[in-house]
Amino acid sequence: MSIAAHGAPPGRPGPPLWLLLELTYRCPLHCVFCYNPTDMSHLGRELDTGEWLRVLREARALGAVQLGLSGGEPLVRDDLTAIVAEAHRLGFYTNLTTSGIGLTEERLAALKEAGLDHIQLSFQDSTRAMNDFLSSTRTFDVKSRVAALIRKYRYPMVLNVVIHRLNIDHVEEILAMAERLGAEYVELANTQYYGWAWLNRARLLPSREQLRRAEESTRRFRERLGSRMRIFFVVPDYFETRPKPCMKGLGRIFLAISPDGVALPCHAARMLPGLSLPSVREASIGSIWYDSPAFNYYRGEEWMKEPCRSCPQRSQDFGGCRCQAFLLTGDAANADPVCALSPHHHLVTRIVEQAASEADGEHPLIFRDHRAPRAAG
Amino acid sequence: MMEGLSETSRPAIGHGFRLQWESVQDAHVLLYPEGMVKLNPSAAAILTRCDGLRMLADIISDLERTYSAEGLGEDVLAFVRLALERNWLELRQ
Ligand code: SF4
Ligand code: SF4
Repeated sequence: MSIAAHGAPPGRPGPPLWLLLELTYRCPLHCVFCYNPTDMSHLGRELDTGEWLRVLREARALGAVQLGLSGGEPLVRDDLTAIVAEAHRLGFYTNLTTSGIGLTEERLAALKEAGLDHIQLSFQDSTRAMNDFLSSTRTFDVKSRVAALIRKYRYPMVLNVVIHRLNIDHVEEILAMAERLGAEYVELANTQYYGWAWLNRARLLPSREQLRRAEESTRRFRERLGSRMRIFFVVPDYFETRPKPCMKGLGRIFLAISPDGVALPCHAARMLPGLSLPSVREASIGSIWYDSPAFNYYRGEEWMKEPCRSCPQRSQDFGGCRCQAFLLTGDAANADPVCALSPHHHLVTRIVEQAASEADGEHPLIFRDHRAPRAAG
Repeated sequence: MMEGLSETSRPAIGHGFRLQWESVQDAHVLLYPEGMVKLNPSAAAILTRCDGLRMLADIISDLERTYSAEGLGEDVLAFVRLALERNWLELRQ
């Protein structure tokens, strides 16, 4: 997402320019790195069509303009086309993230007709799906059929693959497959360690050496394919010494609505203790965005502790990710421990070192019971 | 693609981009997959005229008339070149 945060005067937040609707948690896949909540038993029932349309109208009136539709797998909702149509009518730019499962030509034609602007074909693989992708023609055929449809309907072919320790050694094969699918953009995004991924992080974080090799493979593909297939490689921030400006600051441009209507200032915000998250079932988008304590809590700099509080970087990175600070240090108001200035930075370096020692000499787990991935031909 | 740029080119908003007025931001914006550029008034004045039908020469004289200015050609051309590079615009012959 590259929406510039506008220099709204302090105390007066700008509009929620980027609205993400997580239409459902239902999904035909079961990814080990899924960032969806690990405990779904307490979630309320999914919003119905009318409720989603109201969310769209209210958010648009506030100035929301980019719309993400994701899940779970959004195609399991049979009102997806109706939601896209209303969003388009309201003037949203609509982006759909899908695994492609369930995307028939009939469905895509209807979505196009409804005004869908963009599709990202997501390889949110379960390790098994990735294994199938790399080794079974049948799964590959399904993906290539969807990719061909996407191109036929004149969408850029954007492929997103989540990378982790179990598949990072196969970046070559993944990129070769992407090339055969006719991808124009490939995003190799390293797992973000929330939700399921946090529970699995010990098995998912690549070693520095694996990372180096993957970047090397990426570089070779870039050299060969140039602008025909652009590759974005997103390094896990555990390897950095400065944190990412998560969401460009909580409550500044990003608003996510989860399937049961709970509003989130970031995908993972459910984990943050003490934030009582408002629901669109009980409040308008306007009062959620401007007035709710949850959305105001991490605005500005009041909540910050040292070293962020007096750090010149604080208006750039907002102290990094609140969820990461909470998961690793137990206090969401601490500096993101990815930051080398954080007194907890050693926690991150330790995890990285552990990943190195565990990964060394280890065979890639996913392929253990299967034939070795073929070199792409 | 840009070699073809001349006074007879008919620039149009690039495929996948959308130009629209956002009253909340009091500005025209250019929308593209997962992103947005907020346009300053002169960029907006040029881009709103790039409809794929009008020739660049006509766009320039329209701008000169509208803003009672002369010799805008160079500046407009420079901006159009930049916009082509960024795929905000594409050329229809
Ligand atoms: S990451 Fe996405 S595709 Fe994978 S299980 Fe979670 S919701 Fe489904
Ligand atoms: S101390 Fe805080 S504000 Fe400064 S760079 Fe680190 S995370 Fe950012």
